[in-house]
Amino acid sequence: MSLYGQAKVKNWRYKLKGNFHFTHSPSPIRNVDDSNHLLGITKPRHMIYLHSYGGEAPFFEALSQGKLLGTRCDNPDCEYQGTLYQPFRIHCPDCLARCTTVDMTDLAKTKGYIHTFMICERAGAFNTLDKPIKFVNIEFEGVSTILMSYLSVGDPKIGKRVIPIFKKFDPTYTITDLSWVVEGTTEEQLPHGFCF
Amino acid sequence: MIKFTENQLKTPKFMRPVYLVTAGQSKFDRAIPEKKTEELCVDALSMAAELINLTPAELKGYIHSCYYGHFADHFGDQLLGEAVIHDRLGLDPLGNIGIKTGGATGGSTLWEAAKTVASGYSDCVLAMGWERMDEVPTDEGNFLISCAADKDWESPLGHIYTGYYAVMAQRYWQIFGKEEESFRKTLAEISVKHHEYARMNPFAQAPMKITVEDVLNSPVVAYPLRVLDCCLMSVGAACAIIADEKTAMEMAKNSNIKPLRIWVTSGSHTLRPADRRPMDIPLLPHETAEIYQDLEERFPGSDRYPGFSGFLGARMCVYYGYRMAGINDPTEDLDVIELHDAFTISDIQTYEDIGIRPYGQGRTYVESGDCYHTNPKTGQPGKLPSNLSGGLIGCMHAVGATGIMQTFEIANHLWGIWGDIHGDEKHWKAFRREKPADWTNLQVEGAKRGLAISHAGVGSHVTCTILMDPDHLLKADS
Repeated sequence: MSLYGQAKVKNWRYKLKGNFHFTHSPSPIRNVDDSNHLLGITKPRHMIYLHSYGGEAPFFEALSQGKLLGTRCDNPDCEYQGTLYQPFRIHCPDCLARCTTVDMTDLAKTKGYIHTFMICERAGAFNTLDKPIKFVNIEFEGVSTILMSYLSVGDPKIGKRVIPIFKKFDPTYTITDLSWVVEGTTEEQLPHGFCF
Repeated sequence: MIKFTENQLKTPKFMRPVYLVTAGQSKFDRAIPEKKTEELCVDALSMAAELINLTPAELKGYIHSCYYGHFADHFGDQLLGEAVIHDRLGLDPLGNIGIKTGGATGGSTLWEAAKTVASGYSDCVLAMGWERMDEVPTDEGNFLISCAADKDWESPLGHIYTGYYAVMAQRYWQIFGKEEESFRKTLAEISVKHHEYARMNPFAQAPMKITVEDVLNSPVVAYPLRVLDCCLMSVGAACAIIADEKTAMEMAKNSNIKPLRIWVTSGSHTLRPADRRPMDIPLLPHETAEIYQDLEERFPGSDRYPGFSGFLGARMCVYYGYRMAGINDPTEDLDVIELHDAFTISDIQTYEDIGIRPYGQGRTYVESGDCYHTNPKTGQPGKLPSNLSGGLIGCMHAVGATGIMQTFEIANHLWGIWGDIHGDEKHWKAFRREKPADWTNLQVEGAKRGLAISHAGVGSHVTCTILMDPDHLLKADS
C-alpha cells in the first residue's frame, strides 16, 4: 500500500505527502426477490480530510503535555468580564473579544465533579474508545460551562469528584487525549499512554 | 446570568395571514431501495395535489418559490440535492433554497416558507423535505448523525448521538425522576404508545405491539436509553403548500379541504449542552415566576437553567409562537400536538419546555393518560393527545421531512380526515403493509388547533408550527 496521507503547513499552505484517497470499484446491488434485477450499486470511498484547529490548537497541543487549558474573558468593557470557559472558547460569546488562555490543570485536579453521565454500549462507526464508554459531563467550581469527556477508571456517579488524566504517550491530538478517573486511582490503573 | 433585550424578545409578526393549503407525504421506511429520492418527493407532491382535487401540474402552476429541507448531504451523498429535486419536480426557473438545521430541518423549512408568504414576496410556496438515510449501514449512519455534534469536542466521544441524550436522561432521571424505577417505566410507556399508534398509520416505519417490559429489556444503546427508547433512521419525503388567503381559498375551492392558518417560530441554544452561562427560565403566558421559586428545593440540583434537563430552544420557539398566535395555556387552547420524540426522555422534557407541565413535572402528563388519544385511565378522550402519528419513535425520522410530516398529521386532524387518509386501503397496499385487524381511527374529534415541535441536535434549533381552523382563532389579526 502506498504512503497513507500526511500533511504539514509551510508558508501558510498545506504540503501533502502520500495518498489522500483510495479507489475501489463499485459492485451491483440486485433484487433477489425480483429476477435479480439491478437496483443500484455500492459506492466505496476511502478518503482523508485535513482539519485545522485554528485558535483551539493550543488546547489540543496542551493535552499531550498534561495540561488542561481553558479561556477567560478579560475585556474590561464586557459585562461578563472574568467568566471562565471550559470548553475552551476562542472568543467571549458575549462581547466577542478574544479570550485569554488560562492553564486550569490544577483547578481541574481539585474542583472537577460529575454533573451527569451515561454508559454507552453501542458506538457509531469509527469510534476509537473501548466499550462500554462511560461518558461524563464535568462541572468545575468557578467555571461557567460544562465539559463532555469520558471516565477511564471508576464508576460514574453524579457529584463524584474526578481527576483529569492525559495521553502524553502516542497522543492522538483529539479530545480523546483527555480522560478522567475517580479520586484515589493510582498511576498503575491508568490506561496505556495516560498520565496524571 | 444571561439576560435578553426587549428587541430580542419581541413577539414576531407576519405582515398578512398565512395558510396551509394542503400537504402530502411518501411512505417512510428504514430503506426504500426501489425508489430514488425524487420519486418519493413526487409521491408527496402528488398526494398534496390530490387532496385539493388538483392535478400536480395545476398545483405547480400556483407555486412562486420553493423551500427544500434536506439535512444530511453526506447521508444521501448528493450535495445540492435541492437542485436535483427542483429539476425533477419541473419547477425551474422558480427561485429555490435549501434549508438545513439538523433534526429541525422540516420545521425550519416551514418557517422560511411561511415568512416568505407573510412578507408578500410569494403568494404560494412549496415546502418540501426529505432524507435518504439508507445509503449506509446503521453504525455508519450513527457516525454520520454524530457529525452534527461539535466535531472537535463531542463527536470523537463514541460517535453516537444517543449518548448525548443519555447524559440528559441520566441527569433528568436523578433530579426530577428522583431515581425512581417508576420514572423509567413512564419513559418506556412512551415508546409503547408511539409504536402502538404507528400500527394505525400506513406511512409508519415501526408499528409494534410491545409492552413496557419489552422496552426495559431491549438492548442498551447508551444507559439509561435502550434501543426502544430511540427514534428511527428513515427514508421518505413530505411537503406542504403555504399561501396567502386569496390564493389558498382559490386553490382549495373544489375540495373539502379548508385552508388552515399557520404560524411558525424558531428558537435556539448551543450545540454543546450547558455551554452558556445560566439564565432565568423564560416564562410562557400562563406561567409566573413564583412556580419556579422553590424548584431547587423540590428538586435539588435543578438550579441551573438551561442545563441538561430542558431545552431552551424549545422554550423560546413557543415563547414567541404562543404570543404570536394568541395561545395562553397550550393544554386548554390546543387539541392535538406532535412533539419531537427523538428519545423517550425528550418527549417528557418537551412537555415542560412547551408549558404542558411546569419544569420538573413532565412525567405527570404521561402518567395522567391525557397524552393518549383515549385516556387509558378514564376511557375518555385524552385532554391533549400527542404523537398520534407514532412520532419519531414509531413513524419515522427522515430528518428533513420530519417537521413537515408532523404538520401533515396535525392538519389531518383539523381537516377531520385522519381516518380517511390513514384507513385508506390504497396506502396500506401501495406500501406493502398489512392493515391490522384492530385498526382504530385516531381522529381527534372536533380538533380546531394544533402544534408541532421540530427539534435539532440537543436543542440547537427548535421550531414551533401552530395550525388553527381560521374560524377558531384565539387572537384577532392586527
